[in-house]
Amino acid sequence: MADPVTITLDGEERQVPAGTLLIQAAQDEGTYIPRFCWHPRMKPVGMCRMCLVEVDTGRGPALTTSCTMPCTEGMVVDTKSDVVKKAQEGVLEFLLINHPLDCPVCDRGGECPLQDQTMAYGPGESRFVEEKRHFEKPIEISELVLLDRERCILCARCTRFSDEVSGDPLIEFQDRGNYTQVLTFPNEPFKSYFSGNTVQICPVGALTAKPYRFRARPWDLEAVESTCPHCAVGCRISVQSSQNQVLRFLGVDNEPTNQGWLCDKGRFGFEYIGSPERLTVPLVRSSTGELEETSWSAALGVVGDWLQDLITEHGPDSVAGLGGARGTNEDAYAFGKLIRAVIGTNNIDAQLDDGLNPQFLAAATSRATIPDLDAASTILLWGPDLKEELPVLYLRVRQAVQNGASLIVVHPRRTGLDDVATVKVGYAPGQGPDLLASLRAGEGELAAARELLLAGGAIVGLVGRTGLTEDPLLAEGVAAFVRDLPEAKIMPLGRRSNLFGALDMGLAPSLLPGRAALTSAEARSDLSVEWATPIPEKTGKDAAGIVAGLEAGTVKGLLLFGADPVRDFSDPSAARAALEAANLVVAVDQFLTDSSQLADVVLPAEGFTETEGTVTNLEGRVQRVAQLIAGSGQARPPWSVFEDIALALGSSLGAESVEGIQKEIAQVAPAYRTVRWDELGWGDGREGVVVPGDGGEQPLHYVPVDIGLSSSSARLALHSARTLYDDGVHVRHSLSLAKLAPGAFVFINPADGARLGVADGVLARVTGSSGSADLEVRYDPSLTEGVVYVPANQDEGWDLGQGLEIKLEVLS
Amino acid sequence: MKILTTRMEAHPTDSHTLERYLETDGYQAARKALTTMTPEAVHEEAKASSLRGRGGAGFPCGVKWGFLPPDTRPRYLVINGDESEPGTFKDRQLLERDPHQLIEGIIIAAYAIDVHDAYVYIRGEYPKPARRLERAIAEAYEAGYLGQNIFGSGFDLDVTLHLGAGAYICGEETALLNSLEGKRGEPRIKPPFPAIEGLYGKPTIVNNVETISNIPWIVANGGAAYAAIGPEGSSGTRLFSLSGHVRKPGNYEIVMGMTFREFIDEYGGGVREDREVKCFIPGGASAPWFTGDQLDIPITIDDVGNAGSMLGSGAIVVMDETTNVVEAAHSIVSFFAHESCGQCTPCREGTSWLEMVLARILRGEGRPVDLDLLLDVSDNIAPGLGWPPKMTTICPLGPSAVSPITSILRNFRSEVEAMIPAGVANG
Repeated sequence: MADPVTITLDGEERQVPAGTLLIQAAQDEGTYIPRFCWHPRMKPVGMCRMCLVEVDTGRGPALTTSCTMPCTEGMVVDTKSDVVKKAQEGVLEFLLINHPLDCPVCDRGGECPLQDQTMAYGPGESRFVEEKRHFEKPIEISELVLLDRERCILCARCTRFSDEVSGDPLIEFQDRGNYTQVLTFPNEPFKSYFSGNTVQICPVGALTAKPYRFRARPWDLEAVESTCPHCAVGCRISVQSSQNQVLRFLGVDNEPTNQGWLCDKGRFGFEYIGSPERLTVPLVRSSTGELEETSWSAALGVVGDWLQDLITEHGPDSVAGLGGARGTNEDAYAFGKLIRAVIGTNNIDAQLDDGLNPQFLAAATSRATIPDLDAASTILLWGPDLKEELPVLYLRVRQAVQNGASLIVVHPRRTGLDDVATVKVGYAPGQGPDLLASLRAGEGELAAARELLLAGGAIVGLVGRTGLTEDPLLAEGVAAFVRDLPEAKIMPLGRRSNLFGALDMGLAPSLLPGRAALTSAEARSDLSVEWATPIPEKTGKDAAGIVAGLEAGTVKGLLLFGADPVRDFSDPSAARAALEAANLVVAVDQFLTDSSQLADVVLPAEGFTETEGTVTNLEGRVQRVAQLIAGSGQARPPWSVFEDIALALGSSLGAESVEGIQKEIAQVAPAYRTVRWDELGWGDGREGVVVPGDGGEQPLHYVPVDIGLSSSSARLALHSARTLYDDGVHVRHSLSLAKLAPGAFVFINPADGARLGVADGVLARVTGSSGSADLEVRYDPSLTEGVVYVPANQDEGWDLGQGLEIKLEVLS
Repeated sequence: MKILTTRMEAHPTDSHTLERYLETDGYQAARKALTTMTPEAVHEEAKASSLRGRGGAGFPCGVKWGFLPPDTRPRYLVINGDESEPGTFKDRQLLERDPHQLIEGIIIAAYAIDVHDAYVYIRGEYPKPARRLERAIAEAYEAGYLGQNIFGSGFDLDVTLHLGAGAYICGEETALLNSLEGKRGEPRIKPPFPAIEGLYGKPTIVNNVETISNIPWIVANGGAAYAAIGPEGSSGTRLFSLSGHVRKPGNYEIVMGMTFREFIDEYGGGVREDREVKCFIPGGASAPWFTGDQLDIPITIDDVGNAGSMLGSGAIVVMDETTNVVEAAHSIVSFFAHESCGQCTPCREGTSWLEMVLARILRGEGRPVDLDLLLDVSDNIAPGLGWPPKMTTICPLGPSAVSPITSILRNFRSEVEAMIPAGVANG
């Protein structure tokens, strides 16, 4: 905190930090000054003039916008004088003269800052008898956002957000004076991954969101605070519903994670919850081969009998579990306990051969938190395009750069952060090891990057897989390099919402709950006491091993928990073959996915907003998710389904409630023993609880090691990475978002196109390690030469696999 | 006594050429400053001259230069040639007829304040003045008066000409800077003032064309000689644009101190058809009006200020007894409503509202309540309706639209009332 200065606020002396904007200082002291354009997360502009107060800095009281006035010693402030009241009333009257009073049909009516402040500070009636300003009623400025310029009060919150915060300056003031209006540029829609934030911060109903428009009145909404279920950043959100239908997510401002912002996938990705495609009844494959509806008791009876037969005949290692990265910690814990303690195998994996070494992801050493980015001198991002995979983390890195941090980006093609990067290095997947060696040595184009890393000050390494064809070991090599730098912390990057929680709950063949290593005899012994059953010692199979085992017949039964290996596994055809070869597949899921369609028993699960629990984000921050609506049909919370399966096997997980499971986690999981679960309520802090790295008794201090990889010699290397919108199950069933998926194209560098005789726009057959697809060619000069980029999971019916080698043949 | 217009009067056909300029002692003052004086000494002459800014606010030029923080570089000099105040057309003549005088002033000023990049911002509606200045700049470069090592002094200076795109607000110095940077022409919140954070965030001096055109004379003849011309507080000569109901409208360079009556009669040839002056605007459309019985106020910055108006940009607009003051006020308010940048609420909404009410009164649809409404709406833009105005706005454009309203309602209220149809309810 800056040195305090003494100001006189409405006659009382107050100590406030020097330089704080008066509007903020007054608010902190309990005096609310009305405002429209000022937003605490953006630079002040002093445009709306609503926050005028009288300030005397020694030259007599003068009307001053409190949002642009830093507090200085001796300042005398009057927020309630007659002059101030008249000015504020005048500004409100001005704002209202051209504002259509269509509040009864406006989404904002009932939660509108203009309405509220008119009630509090405005004149009783209008003296304006002229014709109001007219514009064409709402125009669609993007697939998600509509703009009503008649309602707009020109506060520039939306335009500033797009420019300053999200870096997509696609909306701007046009014309001037009384005809000033916010507009997009000709033929350029407001195509931003963050457009929904402008709707939330609009102080009137000028910007409205299609998914919510005309769906509810604010006073009819029920709301609860929760954690966004769409990626591993774990943004705080307010979930809002009416009549048991989730209608809206809003960002909640909390300093550690999202600072109030959300990406549009997070904001609008609620529609799947009410989808008519949701599973509502248990299904069992009948003798005719069809999935038929049945009762829970019948379905669980079948699961129990068939699983018991497998275990008896082929041993516990003939069964495996996949998934768990999209539920709660309590669901994941119950799933892991079912697999390890009741079935008796370590064959379990929350990742689908599309992630990183679980020991690396769960490591407790030198782990960075999101706020560490704010204090970093240099940030190294060698991993996915954050704008596509962890969008709100992209906003935070962008902010850090604006506040002075240097940024190094290493990625095979253009990323959202390239515009603000100090150094950007492109490379071909497969060439990572050579590039890393150059970075260590400071050679070539990496000399500048190395210099920044050695310049002193705090360093945060954001380390992940740049794409699906990248060797997962490379990230560990990069992390090993970063770890040896002074003042360095590492944030391993994973995408699925509760991946880190699932790993912390032991959903990996090598991990036990609480970041304990399976190889630790002490950890196994402690856990066996808690669970009152021996912990299998033999290392289990990971996703790749499970798929191979199913194909080979060594694994016969599979429990899928919210996992869709047919779409997400590294080799989708192999996953399909594995599911088809299995003797028994039980899927606990919300939808019939490409994978659960192949199951023998499908058990309908409740999901986000329907169940309570906790999740853990990529920092290791444990946050609550809350229940707001009743689940769909007969769907049940996953943890209770796992308990019922345990009961059907003649055992029990002892899981009676979410709270009970939390108590057991605190007891059993070493790293979670010091988590203060009672601090997870949404008080003023809203910060969740970061699992301490060294607080547990047997924390996993995994040390990333330098890799012994060598670079590949592929002439054309495939780069395949996820886009924010794709054909994933939640996007597919959120209708507003589904159409935003960019679709599949094959992107090549124009130089490669010229060399190979492949023109922009032609149709080409692309053949990868496990399949081929006919795709339109697009030239992309941002791609490193020799790299062919195909966005992942865009369409059904084909897959290229995750091999590096790729071939291109022109078809047309 | 004339300073600014001597050359153009003596050589009406070619005063803008370098050849003529050199024949009439051109660039001697710059040579003197750069080769025989320190920058500090030049700055001292500017201070000693008591030259006050000719753009509108009348701030002492030498004092303004002294506001630059001593250690920050680069600094910039920006010449405001966005002459847009209705009734003002003096800078146009200086640009068109004596561009080298301005360039020489720029060289001297830049030298005094250690600037190596100067910009001249000319309104987009001035293509001919801009062409003349563009040519003059090219000539100056060619002659070595601009560019590197000017007069062998080691001093470098580049001058860039920029044309506006047609917005009055870009005459406001911070809006001008935004426009020059390629942004929307919207005023910035002050402080910080341009001398601290101006063009591209760097310390910047913004001076009017006429102000800087005086600098060569001041250096050639000394600041004290300039200060000795005219009354204290309004030293030097000044170019006034006289328009309205006079026989001979035009630009006239005078020594300040004479009365408006003397100026109108002596230079403007009196009022057309020997009518009485009903009212006049002493300093551009933003200024509160004077009435016919204020004609004997001396033309000085302080006398006009003390009488509740300003000399502003030097535009004197005379309205005779036949003038419909509501129409006149409407014309000016419409201008400001049209030119409001739209950034801040009171100006964007308030100027349009005032314009609509005046238009309605002119259509014969006024209501008795409209007179007080006009004043109260004005009060919400310029609280207290005093002069100089207090503002709820970011810049003085909004309060400028208030000047004609208060002028007619204070001086000619009965004429406005007479335009309200009898028996109309307030409804």
